Amino acid sequence: MPHTDILTERKNFIGQGGGKTVCCDRDSVSGAVSQRACVYCGARVVLNPITDAYHIIHGPIGCSSYTWDIRGSLSSDDELYRNSFSTDLSEQDIVFGGAEKLTRAIDEVVAKHHPRLIFVYATCIVGVIGDDVEAVCRQAEQKYPLRCIPVKSPGFSGNKSYGYRMACEALMALIRPAPRPAGRLGVNLLGDFNLAGEIWIIRHYLEIIGIPIISTFTGDANYDTLMQSPQARLNLVQCAGSMTYLAGQMEEEFGIPFIKISFFGREDTSASLIRIAQALGDSGLIARARAFTQEQEARLLPFEQAWREGLAHKKAAIYVGGGFKAISLIRQFNAMGMETVIVGTQTGKAEDYELISQLVGPDTVILDDANPAELERFLKEKGADLLVGGVKERPLAYKLGLAFCDHNHERRHALAGYEGVRNFTREINLSLNSPVWSYMGGSI
Amino acid sequence: MLDATPKTQFKREALRINSCKTCQPVGALYAALGVHRCMPYSHGSQGCVAYHRTVLTRHYKDPMMAVSSSFTEGASVFGGKSNLTTGVKNVFDIYQPDIIAVHTTCLSEVIGDDLKAFIQDLDIPEGKYVVHSNTPSFKGSHINGYAAMMGGFINYLSQTTGQTNGKLAVFPAWSEPSDLRLLKSYLEQMGIAYTLFPDQSGVVDAPMTDHFEYFPKGGTTIEEIQGLGDCTHVLGLGEWTVPEPCAVLEKKCGTKSILLPYPIGIQNTDRLLMTLTDLTGKPVPYAIEEERGQLIDLILDQHIWTSQKSCAIFGDPDFILGVTSLVLEMGMLPKYVLTGTPGHAFPKMCQALFEAYGVEDQCQAFEFDDLFDLHQFIKNDPVDVLIGTNYGKQIARAESIPFVRAGWPVLDRYGHYLWPNIGYRGAMRFVERISGAIMDHVDAVCPDEDFDVVM
Ligand code: SF4
Ligand code: SF4
Repeated sequence: MPHTDILTERKNFIGQGGGKTVCCDRDSVSGAVSQRACVYCGARVVLNPITDAYHIIHGPIGCSSYTWDIRGSLSSDDELYRNSFSTDLSEQDIVFGGAEKLTRAIDEVVAKHHPRLIFVYATCIVGVIGDDVEAVCRQAEQKYPLRCIPVKSPGFSGNKSYGYRMACEALMALIRPAPRPAGRLGVNLLGDFNLAGEIWIIRHYLEIIGIPIISTFTGDANYDTLMQSPQARLNLVQCAGSMTYLAGQMEEEFGIPFIKISFFGREDTSASLIRIAQALGDSGLIARARAFTQEQEARLLPFEQAWREGLAHKKAAIYVGGGFKAISLIRQFNAMGMETVIVGTQTGKAEDYELISQLVGPDTVILDDANPAELERFLKEKGADLLVGGVKERPLAYKLGLAFCDHNHERRHALAGYEGVRNFTREINLSLNSPVWSYMGGSI
Repeated sequence: MLDATPKTQFKREALRINSCKTCQPVGALYAALGVHRCMPYSHGSQGCVAYHRTVLTRHYKDPMMAVSSSFTEGASVFGGKSNLTTGVKNVFDIYQPDIIAVHTTCLSEVIGDDLKAFIQDLDIPEGKYVVHSNTPSFKGSHINGYAAMMGGFINYLSQTTGQTNGKLAVFPAWSEPSDLRLLKSYLEQMGIAYTLFPDQSGVVDAPMTDHFEYFPKGGTTIEEIQGLGDCTHVLGLGEWTVPEPCAVLEKKCGTKSILLPYPIGIQNTDRLLMTLTDLTGKPVPYAIEEERGQLIDLILDQHIWTSQKSCAIFGDPDFILGVTSLVLEMGMLPKYVLTGTPGHAFPKMCQALFEAYGVEDQCQAFEFDDLFDLHQFIKNDPVDVLIGTNYGKQIARAESIPFVRAGWPVLDRYGHYLWPNIGYRGAMRFVERISGAIMDHVDAVCPDEDFDVVM
């Protein structure tokens, strides 16, 4: 028998639709099977897509080997970021300190390659053994013509959200000294990691409308493009959970305003494109954005209609990282005639949960940092047909006999923009209507 | 192209590039999954266990249960005793396992948490157990963590009553569930009473039902682990990995151990079966002998395709020692055999194999090494086939070499954990896949006039 009690400490992390909020942004409870990752993980997933950087993990081997080439971010040029660099700390280093080994590791990188940009991630034990990672990085910058940026990311210092913030600070440390000629027409796209090439889709849309993307954070980014980012006129923040902080910093220091946008789902894609044009305040751009989105929507409608029959009235559950993504997904499910019965996030913020609770019906369950027991209980109770989640949720969904779509690093197809709606719809349909379900639960 | 590896080799001491090992706790976690109704418990920050569960899930495509102490800043300064106490209570309250297997992490090791003392002070419900092992990742690798956790279970649970239970204990090195199933089928076909520990089959490869079980049917039971001290012998399969748990059991209960190579390949499987016969007096049934004959037949049929072909093998010590033995039996040349796990014994064991086939001048073995080095070796002196985990695919693609996935982890394919590597059946599968990879490559690159429907 599965045990599906809820830990008392967890009761406040669970709520319902209709405007009530849930507790969030706290640490997981000891002894819970949490789906949540650490500060380092948050920092690493944000920075890793920078394609020509050396990402050196200062710590014991595990922290680096689990994060080798897992993000699914595509590059149009350098593939360096797909390698794994670590100081692989040994017992000796723990006793005598690892700073000297880190210095040598940087020397070894410089000796053979010609790095322009190194990120050094400090993991849990580095802080505890007292290595001065900042000093090592400073010395490296003095010794060699390169940028060497420390990323303070001991896992215990908070949760994944805090890691996003540490990544943002590292990015600021990188771009702060960049030259800043007067703002040119162009935007930065923040919080898109180019999973399955999604940035390329968005770049294409914006090009048609007449808005160049100057820099992306951090999918398909490199040193040169990042250093141009302070020239942009507007920042677009996509994965709000990871990048709002950076956008705020850039506004404060460079005077670049930002707007939050989302390219998931038809509705949010169109609304976002128009809002970008509006924010840039150019009537030509606005007109082109309207024309483009209308044309795209018109082309998408017959597709949506054709698939609606197989999908309408199915019940969807959402368990994703950030609150913003959850919101877009709810809207898309509404557009497909599907009902969202569970919404959970790992790092949603209070304001996200507020909006979520307004978008869903009063019976929808809202969860923060759910564990599998809770997910299972509500998936069953609510009779969900489909779960949208990440790597850890896929097998759980299958075990419960639910269809699944990966909306995280392991997505197979681009899910952004109008193409994304098509891919998403096909993928959901594929899983929901697979013949395998008819063999479930039967015997020989 | 996906190739950031330069050809010129250079000396590296401090920098690890593209590691061929991971950390101890994931091994401890995997060992603990081989115990029935056991909840693995990571004493440290929440991040480590999230990674460990993810990598296991990516390999087995099944949910993996484990919990953590969820250290915060406070715990990293004042120690993790209260986190452990709360965590253990929560686990028993909500998930209701029969046993919790705690392993340490780098962090709890560095701050010096005394797990033994912490556990003594715990309020453990009647009939339930909490065991632990020390698994600092700045020593060894996931393989050491696996062995350490086995030792932890034995230390806490195994006893001797002074009377033998007539069973043979079998300690496998890190194994796929398919291999454990094959091992059990050999033992059962021979009519031998046994305790296999640990046994992840039925846990990590549990069948589809329409509901989710925190604790699927499989796993060695607590009673079986308690009874290890009364077993007639313990048979350790994997000369690199399991000497430690064998020694722990011998020290605690006096159970004598016999160590054998991990049974991949003809000779290693022969030795396993002969040893089983020697220990129990039970003959090897014809069905198994028949499999052996089929294997030899297969190797013979395809030998012109694989003889003299060179290969590189990388992964975990015992597993790749077995694969090395098998490819030598096939007449292949294991030019590079490389593990990330540290330990001087490994190259020596490989050397002995090379010498047995007179290829010591053409083959090299490496311990505590990484895949960046392996890639450079291959760039300078290529091989015909690459055998190893999914991380070999970057090298295979960059160098256009046929690639056979084997070992742990394999994150980019489905179903591999259902088919054996060990025994005659496992060897057949290897032979089929190795020759198949070589021939697929020929088919893909040969000129039209050489493209043949019969090969
Ligand atoms: S800190 Fe240690 S235990 Fe945790 S993931 Fe890193 S190497 Fe593994
Ligand atoms: S040691 Fe710390 S940084 Fe590394 S994985 Fe564990 S929690 Fe994260």
